[in-house]
Amino acid sequence: MSVQFNTQNILRRDVLALAGTGVVAVSSIGLFAGDAMADPAAVAKAIKDRIGGKKSMAGNITLELPQIAENGNTVPIAVEVESPMSSSDYVKAVHIYAEGNPAPDVATFRFTPDSGRARVSTRMRMIKSQNIVAVAEMSNGKVHMVKNAVKVTIGGCGG
Amino acid sequence: MGAVVVGLSGFASIASSAEMTYKVGDRSSGYTYATKETQGIQDDDIANPAYVYVDDGEALWSKVDGKAGKSCASCHAVDSAMLSDVGTRYPVYNAKLGKLQSLEQKINQEREEKMGAKPYKWESGSMLAMTIYMRNQSKGKPMNVSIDGPVIPFFEAGKKFYDQKRGQLDMSCANCHVDNAGNRIRANLLTEGQSNGFPTYRLKWQKPGSIHRRFRGCNKQVRATPYGYGSDEYVNLELYLAWRGRGLSVETPAVRN
Amino acid sequence: MAKARVKAPKSVKKGEVFEVKTLISHKMETGLRKNKKTGKKIPRKIINKFSVTYGGKEVFGSDWHPAVSANPYVSFFVKASASGPMKFQWTEDGGAVTEKTVNIKVT
Repeated sequence: MSVQFNTQNILRRDVLALAGTGVVAVSSIGLFAGDAMADPAAVAKAIKDRIGGKKSMAGNITLELPQIAENGNTVPIAVEVESPMSSSDYVKAVHIYAEGNPAPDVATFRFTPDSGRARVSTRMRMIKSQNIVAVAEMSNGKVHMVKNAVKVTIGGCGG
Repeated sequence: MGAVVVGLSGFASIASSAEMTYKVGDRSSGYTYATKETQGIQDDDIANPAYVYVDDGEALWSKVDGKAGKSCASCHAVDSAMLSDVGTRYPVYNAKLGKLQSLEQKINQEREEKMGAKPYKWESGSMLAMTIYMRNQSKGKPMNVSIDGPVIPFFEAGKKFYDQKRGQLDMSCANCHVDNAGNRIRANLLTEGQSNGFPTYRLKWQKPGSIHRRFRGCNKQVRATPYGYGSDEYVNLELYLAWRGRGLSVETPAVRN
Repeated sequence: MAKARVKAPKSVKKGEVFEVKTLISHKMETGLRKNKKTGKKIPRKIINKFSVTYGGKEVFGSDWHPAVSANPYVSFFVKASASGPMKFQWTEDGGAVTEKTVNIKVT
């Protein structure tokens, strides 16, 4: 016998039957009551601590992230900074921040002229939908910044 | 809370690539339901964390273990025909036992009888390494289990289990994976529940896991008491699932949500 | 030592910019999770540093925080200078180091 889900019915049954199974992503990572979550101000402060009073510019830096993450615990992320990567003009470091995670820092990547290309790919954790910020520090003192929004859906019937 | 998310997630559905068949007839691999980012993790054998297990399995294959002083390689060459299609064939009927045997059970039988070695626990790193390594040797080949002759009653039992409602939520495998494949249950996209990529690296588990682990999770999610690893119920179900995926390429180790 | 896998091209031309891919098996325990049975906090244990040396110097380095996913994957680029070893080092909280070396052949 075929069953077509009425999505509203599933929600009601879910709430009743699955309430105790910890399906919600936030509770499953065991945050403590009263934990402060990072917010845009915390990220802004972390960036200021890193680059001092320098003004950051848009452009030259791109962030590649999915629009919607399949699972917030493994979100592929790539950053690329346009640069000749010569000994006199290269990308020194790229810093990644998350505006909505329990802590703002994600990673710092340091390049050298021997890198040849200032591009790095990795995977990060996102506890919820939020903005990800990448800041590039150049050898000539300039700073470039970019911000992307990523949606993270919470829970389902994963088993 | 709020409404079920129905947004498009940018998944790239493809029927096949140079070596892999992800769609055949009306059957589609879980690969076609994944986002392109997740597909990318599966397809890159450095990005795919389960490939560490392929390496481990390869090392275990030549490792001497047990009282008989043998390794798997003592009897089974790495380029043997057995290894090249093992991932397409299991579970298989064992005449002596008079029932189906999963690959895990066959491995342990060989370890005990031929090597004098201790059996591996079902979900142990060693067993996962062995089954991932072995099934990976068949990667790209079409799933092709036998459902004739002595396996018929076990196939029928697996099919009956699949269609049977169970648990407090009173749902069968078919309710999700046949009636609602492609629909969402809260934020998850339901697939056909194919087995061609198992053992699979699930993002949720952050490690690879066997299909029996997945069965247990599914049964718990409908609030049914799960059966044991290696239970007859699950081995029979495994055969039915393998038949449901006939013609799809072996993808072990796949990456799924 | 944790298990790591590395992929670099077998041979490259001098001056060529090539991609290197790396993966290490590691739980990257954030320190935010609680043991479901005891309620006790599971202590943080992550790889906090990844460094790549080639031609006698660090060509790529990184600092990781708990927001880096389990089983960390990093791919980056290097400009081919001379044939020789490329050494990869992953350092865990507490100082344990995992190392891997591949030989880069430059023609």
